[in-house]
Amino acid sequence: MLQSFKLALKSIRSNKMRSFLTMLGIIIGVASVIILVSLVNAYMSYMTESFASLGTNQINVNVVNLSSRSVSVEEMYEFYEGQEELFDNMSPIVNVSTVVKHGSDSMSSTNVMGVSEEYLDIKGYDLAQGRNIQYSDIISRQKVCVAGYYVAAELYGSPEKAVDQTVKIGGYAFRIVGVAQRQDQDDMDDGGTDDFIWMPYSCGVKMSRNANIGSYIFTIRSLDAASKAKACISDFLQEIFKNDDLYHVTAMSEMLDSLNSMIAMVSAGLGGIAGISLLVAGVGVMNIMLVSVTERTREIGIRKALGARKGVILQQFVIEAAVQSAMGGIIGIVLGSAATTAVGAAAGLNATPTPSAVIVSFSVSVAIGLFFGYAPARRAAALNPIDALRSE
Amino acid sequence: MGTALIELRHIYKIYQMGSEEVRASDDVSLTIDRGEFVAIVGKSGSGKSTLMNIIGALDVPTEGEYLLGGEDTGEMSDDQLAHIRNKMIGFIFQQYNLLPKLNLLENVELPLLYAGVAAQERRERAMESLRRVGLEDKWKNLPAQLSGGQQQRVSIARALAGNPSLILADEPTGALDSRTSREVLDFLKELNDEGNTIIIITHDSSIALEARRVVRIHDGKINFDGDVNEYAAIL
Repeated sequence: MLQSFKLALKSIRSNKMRSFLTMLGIIIGVASVIILVSLVNAYMSYMTESFASLGTNQINVNVVNLSSRSVSVEEMYEFYEGQEELFDNMSPIVNVSTVVKHGSDSMSSTNVMGVSEEYLDIKGYDLAQGRNIQYSDIISRQKVCVAGYYVAAELYGSPEKAVDQTVKIGGYAFRIVGVAQRQDQDDMDDGGTDDFIWMPYSCGVKMSRNANIGSYIFTIRSLDAASKAKACISDFLQEIFKNDDLYHVTAMSEMLDSLNSMIAMVSAGLGGIAGISLLVAGVGVMNIMLVSVTERTREIGIRKALGARKGVILQQFVIEAAVQSAMGGIIGIVLGSAATTAVGAAAGLNATPTPSAVIVSFSVSVAIGLFFGYAPARRAAALNPIDALRSE
Repeated sequence: MGTALIELRHIYKIYQMGSEEVRASDDVSLTIDRGEFVAIVGKSGSGKSTLMNIIGALDVPTEGEYLLGGEDTGEMSDDQLAHIRNKMIGFIFQQYNLLPKLNLLENVELPLLYAGVAAQERRERAMESLRRVGLEDKWKNLPAQLSGGQQQRVSIARALAGNPSLILADEPTGALDSRTSREVLDFLKELNDEGNTIIIITHDSSIALEARRVVRIHDGKINFDGDVNEYAAIL
C-alpha cells in the first residue's frame, strides 16, 4: 500500500506536465465550488446582518380600534408584562404628521413619532447628547423630545447646541432633552434615517387626537421564538377583536426566513454548476489514466511477468488516480480559499471558505479519482502479460 | 540427473487466424531436469516464443499438460500464474525490460516486492544480487544511464534476486555486441555451474552451442532434442 503511494507519487512527478493538466480540471472544479459557495454564504450573512440591523427581532402590530372593540395602551402593556420571557421591549407608535419649527426654520419631512422610553433600545440607537425620554415624561405628558441627528444639525448646528433648546411641533413647544447619534454615515437628507423626533406617546396621542393607539412594536428575546411570539400576540388580539381583519401582526424574521431560503437555493444552484465542472474534471482524469495505461502497457507487462498479481496493478493505478485527484483537490482548496478571501475583501464582504464546501469538494475530488481511475486500472490489471510485453 | 523441473506433455497451442488454424505448438512433449542448461532454438515463426511463454507460465496451452515443479499450470488462475512466475522463474529478456523510471536497486527489488519480502531484506537481497553482476556501485543509477551489456546484467540480477528454480532467457544476447554477448553467456554458464537450471531461447545456433542440451523447434514441433555435441554434428 505504502509502496503504491510512493509509486503513484513517482509516476505523477515523472510526468509533471500531464499530471498538472489532469489536476487542472480538478483544481478549477474544487476552487470554483469553494469560491461560489463561500461567497454566496458570505453574501448571505451580510444580507442577514444588514437585515438584522433593520430589526429581525421586531414584531410589528397594527390594530384597527372600533368603538365597540378596541385595545388600549394599558391592556397592551399588561399583555406585554405578562409575557416577559418572550418579549424584550415594547413601544406604542403614534405617528404625528406635523411640521417642526425653530424660529423661522421649518422642516416638513421630519418623522415625528410618539413612542415609549424603550423605543431607543428597540431601534438600537445611542444618544449623542442628553438623555432619553423617561417613564415619568410619559406619565406626566411632559413636552420633551429626542431629536434625530439631522434635525439637531439643521436647526441648531450641532447636537450639543440642540439640547435644552425648544422646538415647535404642531404649534406646541417641546424641549429637546436628547439627540440620537448619527445613523447614516454616508448622507443625511430630508426624511432620511436621521430626520426624526420622538416624543412621549402620551403627548403623541393627544396631538393626533386619537383615543387609542393603532401601532405597536415588540422586540423578541430570541429569534427562534419569533413564530411563538407572533402567535402569542395574535391569540391575545383575536380574543379582543374576534376578527383577524382588525389586527395585523408581522414578524420581520419571517421575511428573513424567506430571504434565507431564496439565497440557499441560489447557493445550491451555483454549487451544482461548479459541481458539474468537477464531474468534467473526473472525465479528464479517466481519459488521462486510460492514456497512461496504454502508454505503460509494457511496464504493466514487465510487472506482471515478474509476478505482480491483478490486485497489485489495480491498486497501483487506482491509487495513482486518487493521489492525483487529491493533490488537485488540495491545490484547488488552497487557491479557492485564497480567491474567496481576495474576492471577498474586494467586494467588502467578510468571506471565509465554508468548511462544508471544503470538505465536500475535497471528498468529491478523491471520490472522482477512485471512481474514474477504476475503469482504466481494471483495464491495466486485465492485460495479458505477453501482449503487454510485446507492445512498444 | 535430478528430478524433473519442467514436464510438457503433448502440448498444443492453437491460434485462430481468421479461418486459418495456426498450430504454434503442435504436440510438444519435453522434460527438463533441475540443473540443466538447455537452448531452445528455432527460426522466427517456428513456435519457440510460444513455447517459452508456456514454459514461463505467461501463457497456458490450448491442450496438454504442463507441470512446473510438479504443479499443473493448466488449472491456474491469472493470479496463481503470477505467483508461480514470481516464485519459480527468473526472466531475462532481449530488451532487458527494466523499468526506466526506477533505479537499478528498485528494478532488482521488483520480484521480491511482489513476493511480499519485507523492505529491509528486500534491499539486502537485491544489493547482493547486484553485487553478483558487479553493479552494486551503480545501484542509484537509472537503466538509461547504463550500456546495453550493463542493463542486461541488471536484468540477470533481477532474475536471480528471487532465487528462482529456473532462469528463462529470451534471446539474452540479441541486442548486444559480440563481446558483451560473450560476457553474458559466460555468466549464464557460471550460474549453471553453480546448479541453476537455465533455458535460453534463441534463433542463433552459435548461441545454442553454448548450452549443454539443445532442443530445436520447427513448425511447432520438436525436430531435434539432444546433447550439444550431437547438435554440433548435424549443423
